[in-house]
Amino acid sequence: MAAEKQVTTTGILGWIDERFPLTSSYKAHLSEYYAPKNFNFWYFFGSLALLVLVIQIVTGIFLTMHYKPDANLNLAGVPVAFASVEYIMRDVPGGWIIRYMHSTGASSFFIVVYLHMFRGLLYGSYRKPRELIWIFGTLIFLALMAEAFMGYLLPWGQMSYWGAQVIVNLFSAIPVIGPDLSLLIRGDYVISDATLNRFFSFHVIAVPLVLLGLVVAHIIALHEVGSNNPDGIEIKKNKDPATGLPLDGIPFHPYYSVKDMVGVGVFLFVFCAILFFAPEGGGYFIEANNFFPADPMVTPPHIAPVWYFTPFYSILRAVTYPLFGLDAKFWGVVAMGAAVVIIAFLPWLDKSPAKSIRYRGPIYKIWLAVFVVSFIILGYLGVLPPTPGRTLVSQICALLYFGFFLLMPWYSKVDKCKPVPERVTG
Amino acid sequence: MSEEEKCDCSRRRLLAATAATGGAVTVAAAVPFVASLTPSERAKAAGAPVVADIGKLAPGEMMTVEWRGKPVWIIRRDKTMLDSLKKTESLVADPKSDKDQQPAYARNATRSIKPEIMVMVGICTHLGCSPSSKFTQGAESGVSPDWAGGFLCPCHGSTFDLAGRVYQGKPAPTNLEVPPHKYLSDALILIGEDTKGA
Repeated sequence: MAAEKQVTTTGILGWIDERFPLTSSYKAHLSEYYAPKNFNFWYFFGSLALLVLVIQIVTGIFLTMHYKPDANLNLAGVPVAFASVEYIMRDVPGGWIIRYMHSTGASSFFIVVYLHMFRGLLYGSYRKPRELIWIFGTLIFLALMAEAFMGYLLPWGQMSYWGAQVIVNLFSAIPVIGPDLSLLIRGDYVISDATLNRFFSFHVIAVPLVLLGLVVAHIIALHEVGSNNPDGIEIKKNKDPATGLPLDGIPFHPYYSVKDMVGVGVFLFVFCAILFFAPEGGGYFIEANNFFPADPMVTPPHIAPVWYFTPFYSILRAVTYPLFGLDAKFWGVVAMGAAVVIIAFLPWLDKSPAKSIRYRGPIYKIWLAVFVVSFIILGYLGVLPPTPGRTLVSQICALLYFGFFLLMPWYSKVDKCKPVPERVTG
Repeated sequence: MSEEEKCDCSRRRLLAATAATGGAVTVAAAVPFVASLTPSERAKAAGAPVVADIGKLAPGEMMTVEWRGKPVWIIRRDKTMLDSLKKTESLVADPKSDKDQQPAYARNATRSIKPEIMVMVGICTHLGCSPSSKFTQGAESGVSPDWAGGFLCPCHGSTFDLAGRVYQGKPAPTNLEVPPHKYLSDALILIGEDTKGA
């Protein structure tokens, strides 16, 4: 360093600030991060996702102290991993609530993230200049799905086992490299102890590291360009000439830190209600079949993934026709992968002059409603066993799901938008 | 930066060579990590053949044995079951077993060595669930009104007949696998090994 760094703080804080950007980071990200003043209900879910991430990390650390990733049978003939989860539930003081916090946290994570993503669709939060935030977000969603999937194997119940069997076999559908790839993921010819151990490693170390890195990138990118708002206009375009601060912006702290605490209060209220009164979430958060230890000889009569995967699982099941000499299995996998990846392309598919749904025309509103309804129907069908009628409905819904994205360049252009105001509207 | 510095080609070459070497070493260092993900020697060795005793298996019944961690089904098909295979011939995707899902000695109308004894791996060729047996014919099976008896995969609804042949228009791409097997006696089947050249 050529010159002494100039800081305005004194004492211990001053000593730190000369060596580390503490006060300046606090200002940049909290006390002087100007967010639009018109945030509504939908803006709770970003901070709630952070809260759930913390819950998952803390409960996960404590569960790891008692859990044993071992598929071998103990003296009672029960797989050690399954028995160690029962041990946490019955014998570890406080173990039951930590485990239920973790399992409820997993479902909460997806509820909060789905609502957070829907907010993006409502107000066009993915549009320029926020494309990279959206891409990081899609990657977070992908990492979250990997994390949830691998975590679900660990209790080594029937659903753990057969769910993993199905998903790992998805990879074998890829031409040429598929079979070797699924062998590499399993580390054995069947889902076994080797698979359980590596999934444990990925679930507690590798994926959380990636997830944390992506979350940091997501927030840094957000604070670089600034938050969107329900009007979908840029507050940086209207700055006070004297101060250079956005006229429609308010500092994140204390305004939104306090607002978010209300959201946290409501969230924890619901979270605790589930924890104490319905910790299995009616069989949706922890499926009944997962209270049976894994049995490689028998698939339960009805298997379904956990609810948050079911919309994508339905899309997988909806593809029943072979194409271009490749069988339906491969195209099912492609459709499921595409259903997630296509989300990342939204910033370039949307050609509408208005960002927010408030100023968009009827065609987008109808398509968004169709998209949401299709997504919910797909999710509902995904927990049910397949029948020809249901398969047909899921095929229609899958087409509408993709139609929302693929037809967007056309319908977002011809749609009649209302004029977008200059300043935010309360 | 001056023009002369831009043209310092020997430095540039050294830099490129260092970067290339570093990159190659990094890639080489990934080898043991990727190798550690492949099945271990112990996993590879655990594929021994198993013997199944079908002496007590009554006609129309099925038994399951474990081979390489997978369920292997043995069914003693009765006359109705064998007749159903003719009915399903026009309904299944690969009636002649053209796809390589069975040893040569099981590539026939019943996909078995002895017509009545069916041996197959009970793992759906779609995504690896174990299909449920639905041997009752007709509407009572809960599958379809004209159901001829067979298997229904609970995961994605693929259906198979009593020779493990997949029905048309189902997600499973191929028939169920017939493992290599041979008869040690009338009642004993060795699964996982067959006579040489077969």
